[in-house]
Amino acid sequence: MRAPRPKVAIAAVAVAALAVAGCAESNRDDKSGGSKKDTLVFGVAGDPKVLDPSFASDGESLRVARQVFETLVRPEEGGTKVTPGLAESWTPDAAGTTWTFKLRSGVKFHDGTDFNAEAVCVNFNRWYNAKGLMQSPDVTAYWQDVMGGFANNENADLPPSLFKSCTAKDATTVDLAFSRVSSKIPAALMLPSFSIHSPKALQEFDASNVAGTAEDIKYPAYATEHPTGTGPFKFKAWDVANKTLTLERNEDYSGPKAKLKTLIFKTISDENARKQALRSGDIQGYDLVGPADVEPLKAEGFNMLTRPAFNVLYLAINQKGNPKLADIRVRQAIAYALNRQQLVTSKLPPGAKVADNFMPDTVEGWNGDVTKYTYDPAKAKALLAEAGASNLTLKFHYPTEVTRPYMPNPKDIFELLSADLKAVGITVEAIPLKWSPDYLNATTSGSKHDIHFLGWTGDYGDAYNFIGTFFDRPKDEWGFNNKALFDQFKDADTTADIAARTEKYKALNKSVMDFLPGVPISHSPPAIVFGKDVTGVKASPLTDERFSTAEFK
Amino acid sequence: MFRFIVRRLLQLIPTLFGLSLLLFIWLRRLPGGPETAILGERGTPEMRAAIRHNMGLDEPILVQYGRFVRRMIKLDLGTSTSTKRAVTTEFIERFPGTVELTITAMIIAIGVGIPLGYLAARRRGRFLDHASVGGSLIGICIPVFFLGYVLKAIFSENLHWFPSSGRQDPTLGATRVTNFFVLDGLMTREWDAAADALWHLVLPSIALASIPLAIIVRITRASVLEVLNEDFVRTAEAKGLTEQTVRRRHVLRNAMLPVATSIGLLAGGLLSGAVLTETVFAFSGIGAFVAEAIGQRDYPVLMGFILIIAVVYVLVNLLVDLSYSFIDPRVRVR
Repeated sequence: MRAPRPKVAIAAVAVAALAVAGCAESNRDDKSGGSKKDTLVFGVAGDPKVLDPSFASDGESLRVARQVFETLVRPEEGGTKVTPGLAESWTPDAAGTTWTFKLRSGVKFHDGTDFNAEAVCVNFNRWYNAKGLMQSPDVTAYWQDVMGGFANNENADLPPSLFKSCTAKDATTVDLAFSRVSSKIPAALMLPSFSIHSPKALQEFDASNVAGTAEDIKYPAYATEHPTGTGPFKFKAWDVANKTLTLERNEDYSGPKAKLKTLIFKTISDENARKQALRSGDIQGYDLVGPADVEPLKAEGFNMLTRPAFNVLYLAINQKGNPKLADIRVRQAIAYALNRQQLVTSKLPPGAKVADNFMPDTVEGWNGDVTKYTYDPAKAKALLAEAGASNLTLKFHYPTEVTRPYMPNPKDIFELLSADLKAVGITVEAIPLKWSPDYLNATTSGSKHDIHFLGWTGDYGDAYNFIGTFFDRPKDEWGFNNKALFDQFKDADTTADIAARTEKYKALNKSVMDFLPGVPISHSPPAIVFGKDVTGVKASPLTDERFSTAEFK
Repeated sequence: MFRFIVRRLLQLIPTLFGLSLLLFIWLRRLPGGPETAILGERGTPEMRAAIRHNMGLDEPILVQYGRFVRRMIKLDLGTSTSTKRAVTTEFIERFPGTVELTITAMIIAIGVGIPLGYLAARRRGRFLDHASVGGSLIGICIPVFFLGYVLKAIFSENLHWFPSSGRQDPTLGATRVTNFFVLDGLMTREWDAAADALWHLVLPSIALASIPLAIIVRITRASVLEVLNEDFVRTAEAKGLTEQTVRRRHVLRNAMLPVATSIGLLAGGLLSGAVLTETVFAFSGIGAFVAEAIGQRDYPVLMGFILIIAVVYVLVNLLVDLSYSFIDPRVRVR
């Protein structure tokens, strides 16, 4: 056989190309690909998992939800305070268990149906009456975090539900009743997971039908193709093959209309690749800017926004690990040994602060008057000697292949902290593990870990969401059982009077810092960047950036 | 010939069974499971136990394997634990990107590598020879991700010639038919979309082609040098045949056998290169997706992927074996 000539090959390809040309229908509207000045492509680190925020707990799904949906109450722009959303006002009754919400009128869902009190109840009852796989903690993570359980708990481990009932008094008045007073209400209702959906669309696309088998969860079409809210943007398309999700302006929005016609979220998981895409003009902004890139990008004229720090990085000490760690003096020694100021100055982005509480000072209940553990290696050595732990050896776990807003560079943080510990005579055994799932698994379950670091970004402005998450019950991560402390949490959470509750959280912060289950290290302000000609977005500590106000200069 | 092909395909079945059982057990022995990855920092032991129970991960491993085999017989690969979408759907959406990328890279590697290797051999010891041998050494040594960053820094960030990420400009709103973007653009006559998709392929496929290109250059050069010293070449030249005839009919055809073998092997290696290339160029393909699936302990995705790769690998090698008989009539498959 003779080798085919290149000319023949080229001709064959050309014929094949002509043969396929036009053999499929183009469904492109001529209006797409409009002017670049009304389309913003924003780089994000991961694909959203699901478009129905009732089932979402990952940041990227919630980011999309925040543009498409609205909640009864929402955080103030650029802050954490509770401000009106779909509700204009809200008041608790005398007992503090029933809240009356006055709703905005004239609001319409993207499918043209009316938003009213009835719609609010349809939504709350949908979550409350969840059945089967909808009760799985990975499906309704935030509902379970805030409300505990459901109308009929199918799993014995689930607590009774905090939510009790919803009553539509008239078109614009709705009562939400709870089984007890909780400090989470109303702040938790700002979470995108409590977004109000169109009842018509919920029914039409079978939104509550989380089907499939145990190992084969299948989300309904609503959650993957038809999210229908009241927000300034409408869902247009999710192109998995191109890693992009497209939203378009909601022309019938009840508030100020979005300045952008189209908003596209484009997934670029690699941090360096996001930076290069911004510089080459592929995208006009991105989130999770590396601390080392903040200054250079600013100098190049990009619009760098710094979010107020709403997170905490801490060193956790497991009292079930090495028996010596159950001795308070050893824990204090570790706290005195750490030069946290040096870590903040040298390894964290500008604006980072040393943490004295396990929560940032922007949250009510923060206490400046707690026991502080200022860097003092001599004191650390003395305490170790006193506790008979001068030749202490600690397994120190640290994560690899990850950046988190509170922990931009885990390896650097580990190196500094372990050098501090070695300086006071502690032998450190380094155990690096891949973040997911190895590290998370090793540090939050079992009892083989001694010390590690981890952190938390707040969901809403509430003390319980920080310190309660860590210390309100026995956890493998810390390995202690302190009933007095747990009771103190229960008491604070069920106090209706806000001023009294704030005082109780202050007292709790003091108790925690005296008991010292671990060492709070820092609060780090994450950065988000936009193109040189993009303005109008305000950075939010809760990552609640509103793209509806974004515009090109 | 037909019997040979059938026999090779039947060998797939026991291979897949053995492979899937080993993999199944190995994956589940890794520390941590999908429940840890799903819950992240928020997980409590109770929540993790509930998810494991829901996913049926607390049952005996052989029971789980039995369920997996029953599904596999129906060609159902299950649902991804991290994205909650059907594994088959994920693959249909992501494989085309990787195939587009690897084919383009292979075209570059073969189209440039064979002529360059041949010329280096013909001009042995001269500048072109040293340049291509030295260049190929660099090509083999430079990590793909580093080359990717360098290419982007020069051609995207500074010159703005090529896009630095993705498979297509999302503002085009192109129609999707097969998820092969170039083909889709041709099929729907959205010429700009097809051209844009090709444009997006340039940098990542060059980065991905660097290693196979270097290897093909070296193997071609060595193989051509060997053939040039054969008696039949001297005979052909003595007969007064034109250089072109000698080159095509005698030298290249005989020198292609080892090159064809190496191309078959390189195709497998391209996939591992694709993981890095796709990550660096935010190129939506199967490589980066599977790399993430490992961290997520996404068992269904990993199982499905490995099995599909095993099938592809067997088929590519079958094609290579079949191509021998076309290149060299002395080789006959039985």
